[in-house]
Amino acid sequence: MPIPEGYIYLDNASSTRTSPEVVKEMLPFFTEIYAVASSQFSHTAGIIASEALEKSRKIIANILHVEPEEVIFTSDATESNNLAIKGFAFANRHKGKHIIVSPVETHSVLQSVKTLQQEGFEVTFLKVDDEGRLDPYSLKNAIRTDTILVSIQWVNQETGTIQPITELANICRESGIVFHTDASWAVGKMEIDLSKIPVDMLTFTGSLINGPKGIAVLIRKKHVLLKKIMDGGFNEFNLRPGVENIPGAVGIAKALELWTDDRRKIIAHLDSILKESLLTIEDSLFNGSKNFRLPGILNISFDRVEGESVILHLDMKKIAVITGSACFSRSLEPSHVLMAMGYTHERAHGSIRYSLSFENTEEEMKKTAEATRDVVERLRKITPIKKE
Amino acid sequence: MASIPYNEIILDHFRNPRNVGEMKDADIKTTEGSPACGDQITLYLKVDPSNHNIIDVSFQSYGCASNIATGSIITEMVKGLPLEEAKKLNWQIVNEKLGGLPPVKVHCAVLAIDALHSAIEKYEIQHGLKKETVVSTKENLKERLKRVIDPSSGRDIISSNVVKDLNLSDGILTVYLSIDERNQFAANISSEIHEKIDFLPDIKKVNIIYEDKRL
Repeated sequence: MPIPEGYIYLDNASSTRTSPEVVKEMLPFFTEIYAVASSQFSHTAGIIASEALEKSRKIIANILHVEPEEVIFTSDATESNNLAIKGFAFANRHKGKHIIVSPVETHSVLQSVKTLQQEGFEVTFLKVDDEGRLDPYSLKNAIRTDTILVSIQWVNQETGTIQPITELANICRESGIVFHTDASWAVGKMEIDLSKIPVDMLTFTGSLINGPKGIAVLIRKKHVLLKKIMDGGFNEFNLRPGVENIPGAVGIAKALELWTDDRRKIIAHLDSILKESLLTIEDSLFNGSKNFRLPGILNISFDRVEGESVILHLDMKKIAVITGSACFSRSLEPSHVLMAMGYTHERAHGSIRYSLSFENTEEEMKKTAEATRDVVERLRKITPIKKE
Repeated sequence: MASIPYNEIILDHFRNPRNVGEMKDADIKTTEGSPACGDQITLYLKVDPSNHNIIDVSFQSYGCASNIATGSIITEMVKGLPLEEAKKLNWQIVNEKLGGLPPVKVHCAVLAIDALHSAIEKYEIQHGLKKETVVSTKENLKERLKRVIDPSSGRDIISSNVVKDLNLSDGILTVYLSIDERNQFAANISSEIHEKIDFLPDIKKVNIIYEDKRL
């Protein structure tokens, strides 16, 4: 079934359109160069495949300012996070059993540390403020002599809140603790130079930077010892077994290369138009950080309406957004991010996340704001909840 | 719109809910759910005192499409019915009339039916048609828990065996579940159980024991 004509897709923090340039770059690696990447003592086809893989690794390393052998390809941000957290914990459990994370991380981080808790590790969940931000001092205070790992995301998936990564990474470095960050919502969208910030491990994924799905990266600085979490061959520096996804690697490298300031400016411009018009809707509440938000992820609650009804109505108006409402979530629980920020259930249930692409237009922003106003007014007519 | 898990009956009621709005001169008004739990429905009934027929009904909804559609169809179903007939409606009948809600949304039908039953009960108590107070027993608590839906199967937690056993002693109800605490719906099922039981005056405490937390 085709996507309806004129559809406005504003769920780019869930998945992005793979750029045609990226697809073009990938195609030969399905139909022409399809050998597995193999050693230089193998056959020509395998060597050519291997060169393409290593070239992609190098492109990514150059952009992020790390060494090529610090780039590990995985299948998804979920896998990168699992490998970073469990792989590190299992390789270093003799050094300590304490791990620190934020409560607003994605499920792959939160569930990984839950599994580690069952394995005897202890986990501290730092508090975030009502903008979703961590206070670096709270990290300092939470560090114990047996703390081995801190994992804190760069940008939040629901609110776009940017964490003070430089400060957090410096604190960890000074304390001799390994610092991992899930930068899935940051890479591409902002310039990241890992030669300047002492991040030891970093996760990002192709599907959020207009690359393909099924490919992600874990940056792992050379001094970080990991134990692989899946058994198999010696691929990816003996950290991630399995046949390498060469089309994916080529695709994610190309996708990352294509991110420029021009794209970032377009997103920031569209974001300001949408934000301004949405906030003129009566009883709308901005969820997130005023000064530390990455443009492109905009989260707004509309008082007295429930999010799932809003998104269904918007979908019928050909606009794709998501909500932090319990009705929408797979667990029937409201957004853990908004709850950790201290918001009420009602505010979470009435929250809508608009996430933008550089390919959206001003016209689409205006249509979206108008459609949202219309839907919110419509639902307020049938709500039993009185305006306070 | 083939990909949306709602059928045309549900979508029609969602887009054009019937009998919606506040009824100023209602005989009975009841509310089930709360904004905090994400779903709330308010039901208004006007009853003819001579024959106890429902002569008018309306609803208001704060909730998802299932909540709105269920509220809407219930108003259509009970308008003109004698209270005795309306009482016989249950969530299975309503769900069938809607052509089947997705399993994860069946609890919305339960909420709307609960609102109807509380409205009728309220009317009956006010008009001396029913004596109040029931003493809690394992059996009637089990009946009550049949209004909690397992979101993964869309069936109630008793018949789907999510509840393995109940124990009631000294006003303390212990509910043994067959799911682990890490089950994706554990938090939801637990809060629904509390919601259905906690308010009962003769229940002091509800303990929920997950499969993986059994001694």
